[in-house]
Amino acid sequence: MPHSVVSQDSPDLMPDMDATTNEPNPVEGLNRESQESDAVDQDMTMAEAGIEGQDIPAPESTPVVKQEIKLEDLFADYESDEEFPSSHVNAVKDESSPEAPPSPESNGFALGASDQDVMREFYKRLFPWRNLFQWLNHSPTPTNDFGHREFAFTLQNDAYLRYQSFATSDLLRKDVLRLMPSRFEIGPVYSTNPRDRKTLVKSSAFKPIAKELCFDIDLTDYDDIRTCCDKANICIKCWQFITMAVKVVDVALREDFGFKHILWVYSGRRGAHAWVCDKKARQMDDQKRRAIAGYLEVIKGGAQGGKRVNVKRPLHPHVARSLDILKQHFQSDILENQDPWESDEQFDRLLQLLPDKSLNESLRKKWSSVPGRASKSKWADIDALAKTSKGLDTKALLEAKQDVVLEYTYPRLDIEVSKKLNHLLKSPFVVHPKTGRVCVPIDTRKLEAFDPLEVPTVTELLEEIDQWSAPEGDSDGKKLQDWEKTSLRPYIEYFRSFCLSLMKDEKGVSIKRERDVGDAMEF
Amino acid sequence: MIRQEFSRIEPKRKANVDHRKKQFAVPAYKELSYPTRLNFYTVPPTADITLEQFEQWAIDRLRVLAELEACSIRNKTPAETAAHMKPILDKYLPLASSTSSSSAIQAERQKDHYSHFILRLAFASTEDLRRRFSRVETQLFRLRFQGDDVRERQAFVESLNLDWETVGEEEKRLYAAELVAAGGGYPKRLDEESWFKVDWERVPELVESRRVFLKAGKAYVPGREQLSMVVAEFTNRLDKALEMTSRALPRLDEDDRLTPILAHLSQNFTTPDASYNSSSSSLPGADISARNIDALSSSFPLCMQNLHRSLRRDAHLKHFGRLQYGLFLKGIGLSLEESLVFWRTSFNKITDDAFNKEYRYNVRHSYGDVGGDSNRRGNGYTPFSCQKILTERPPGPGDSHGCPYRHFSVDNLTNLLQAVGVKDHKVLQGVKEDKEKQKFHLACNRVFEYAHQQEIKKVRDNGTWGAAQLETIVHPNEYFKRSYLLKNLDKNPAGTETGSRDSDVKMEG
Repeated sequence: MPHSVVSQDSPDLMPDMDATTNEPNPVEGLNRESQESDAVDQDMTMAEAGIEGQDIPAPESTPVVKQEIKLEDLFADYESDEEFPSSHVNAVKDESSPEAPPSPESNGFALGASDQDVMREFYKRLFPWRNLFQWLNHSPTPTNDFGHREFAFTLQNDAYLRYQSFATSDLLRKDVLRLMPSRFEIGPVYSTNPRDRKTLVKSSAFKPIAKELCFDIDLTDYDDIRTCCDKANICIKCWQFITMAVKVVDVALREDFGFKHILWVYSGRRGAHAWVCDKKARQMDDQKRRAIAGYLEVIKGGAQGGKRVNVKRPLHPHVARSLDILKQHFQSDILENQDPWESDEQFDRLLQLLPDKSLNESLRKKWSSVPGRASKSKWADIDALAKTSKGLDTKALLEAKQDVVLEYTYPRLDIEVSKKLNHLLKSPFVVHPKTGRVCVPIDTRKLEAFDPLEVPTVTELLEEIDQWSAPEGDSDGKKLQDWEKTSLRPYIEYFRSFCLSLMKDEKGVSIKRERDVGDAMEF
Repeated sequence: MIRQEFSRIEPKRKANVDHRKKQFAVPAYKELSYPTRLNFYTVPPTADITLEQFEQWAIDRLRVLAELEACSIRNKTPAETAAHMKPILDKYLPLASSTSSSSAIQAERQKDHYSHFILRLAFASTEDLRRRFSRVETQLFRLRFQGDDVRERQAFVESLNLDWETVGEEEKRLYAAELVAAGGGYPKRLDEESWFKVDWERVPELVESRRVFLKAGKAYVPGREQLSMVVAEFTNRLDKALEMTSRALPRLDEDDRLTPILAHLSQNFTTPDASYNSSSSSLPGADISARNIDALSSSFPLCMQNLHRSLRRDAHLKHFGRLQYGLFLKGIGLSLEESLVFWRTSFNKITDDAFNKEYRYNVRHSYGDVGGDSNRRGNGYTPFSCQKILTERPPGPGDSHGCPYRHFSVDNLTNLLQAVGVKDHKVLQGVKEDKEKQKFHLACNRVFEYAHQQEIKKVRDNGTWGAAQLETIVHPNEYFKRSYLLKNLDKNPAGTETGSRDSDVKMEG
């Protein structure tokens, strides 16, 4: 597959690729929109003609890669499709994918032809379609919140299929199983059904009206300060950056903006996404999204811009609170684990951020004489030496030190994702095509315990189903769903409770409104 | 014999004819009065004016707006803008305060009111025009609001009926520390200031710049930020009204008196920023091709040189870098085919396959070779102006786009300038000062003048280039064009006219 070849040849491209593929509308239209729309049209006409399961013609710019699935395979699916997945599918599994793909643990996991079966099993038996529906629909019965929502599929041949929409989760599931996308993304709710957008008399009648407020934090943005890994690699040490970011952003969204339903999702490789699902958040226009993004943005500018934290004094309550949270992490996660100022070149950067010239000179002297002095000691040296030097502006030094803490810990958000209403973001619970890990929600109550490297991969999950046996004496109990037999269970249960509380809140509002009306009628 | 006369209405019934059936009934509107100097423009004008007035008033207002926009493009400070605008406002759109004894108060306000609505019609048609119109009208409103005297301003704000909840004493004391911190340390004493509590959505700009304290979705706005709240409200309403106007606009299609005037007005709303057009950018005899870019890059402005260096260093550029640089190259006349060759050879660390999949489409899209109808018809995207580069999408980690004069620290900027051959101490010092004063254009033009000092002297001396051709550069492509022409004076002795600058000169008239 060309895709995997690319990634191995030039891993440095990966961050950028992610950025561009997630970007539906970089500058009003430099996107793939029309390429997809062609594909969609083709797709629709074929569906009308009754030829289902044909692969989508690749756009002219990408070489046509024939999908290695036979048409019959797809039709065979339709038979078993109607059943909700349960353990009896084991028989099917035996014939379809007895040998699991080799070691999914490595980054070499890429969806090849044989992995299609793995993905099919995953979508069929493990993906929480019903909960996804509840989450986006906000009501048990299908509404336009779900029906007019855009889904975008990345197909196996890397074609990107936008403006898909489905009335119910079953239809979505069916289409996912037919097209077998390597992943799919969720876009906004439109004013009309995205599939009908070309039939409208006035194109202005088709516009995005609602979407969750989203945040994207990616470890590649920390590359200049993390020392343990770089590019697409992560470890538990640098994951702490994400942990800190989640804490800071989550508390700001809840306390300052009053949002309640915030879903954090592991992005499958080296980052996390937030979905703020409150009704108020969903209906915000671009300006308000920009305002929140700006409110949360503290680290500005590229590496060329010099000092990147410029906050006003006294610190805004949000910054002050964030600093309080981050201080604790700074000692352990930054100074000890990252050791960011070990070499001469590295501590030069620290000195650039400090205001006092003579203090810097003495620090430089001291540190150069003891190469490899730990960052923690260096950090302590600043205060120690500051005490001995006279005429030092202690306030400026303190502020500079605060800025350093912020620069090394404050969340680095990919702000473009949050600013636009019509930005697409990968759906929770899809599988990251490169790592094979499921994009599971992160329970913020147990945030510290979350380890991205322990997130189950697809192949592990499928094995877990196979290895599962009913506990003794419980054989006549209720039949378990497949996902309940796997380590995906806690994640799905968390997601389910999230969706239920969201639905409850939405329902509460509408009932209240009805009662208000009733009262008014009586008088 | 009874003769019936159908055409005649019996005298008794005459008075009872339904008013809708009175074919030529004259609609009677309430006469509008203007109690305050400022106007939110909520009620459209109703009285009759002549066609000449219609056009003249609109043109006068347009002059003011164009001038105002020019101020913002040249990065003038609010104080400079106010000083610059005062004579222009007095001449074209005077608006006296209610306390003045001028007899023309009502007439002035009427003109202000009418001209606003005429321009609304002219600028409602496209998204782009609406945005620009709303932006400059907001600036004008802000300018006037600030210039208003306190009592009148208060009366105006009260007349708006904005529902703002005042923060009580108890709550004020509870959040005292936060309120002061959010206000940047002001006020020193709590009872010097009063706060309003509103939904944060109503003051997005204050939230964005963290100038208010937020608690559970409510923003605590200090009284002195009233301006930005009123302005936000103004913009908000204007945007909505423009949207409505654009929907009603097709009904004007039949009209052959107003439509030409309106079309003419909107066409004339050009600024130096927008005056760049691709037809005037062609350079006869220049070899603009992929393999020649390295040679040409010495004529590029600093932002593009920086992108070019990053591209050569990393064999890659991130998305907005590709966009900014790619469109610039398009603007200097690099054809689509050459552009594809250029990007392919520049990204030499990736496979053909990866290039085709990740980048080819975007390059073609920017040339309008693929994409939706409007993109193809419009030949893709126009090169970014300085204004756009300065104000939109500041570069993040790993990005190389943006304006070095603005987005680089002084040290990095100096290094970069020295690397591209600007070593003169005086020039570097000047650039530093310009940067501190946020005069990024001046810095860029200063470097341009330094790099071309001999050529400029030559064309000045022999008079081949007029003042208009040596005006401040506000577009990267203009920079390149002028630089290229100056460096190749012997090849193009005629000194081809640089850019058509008539349009904005006319507006500034």
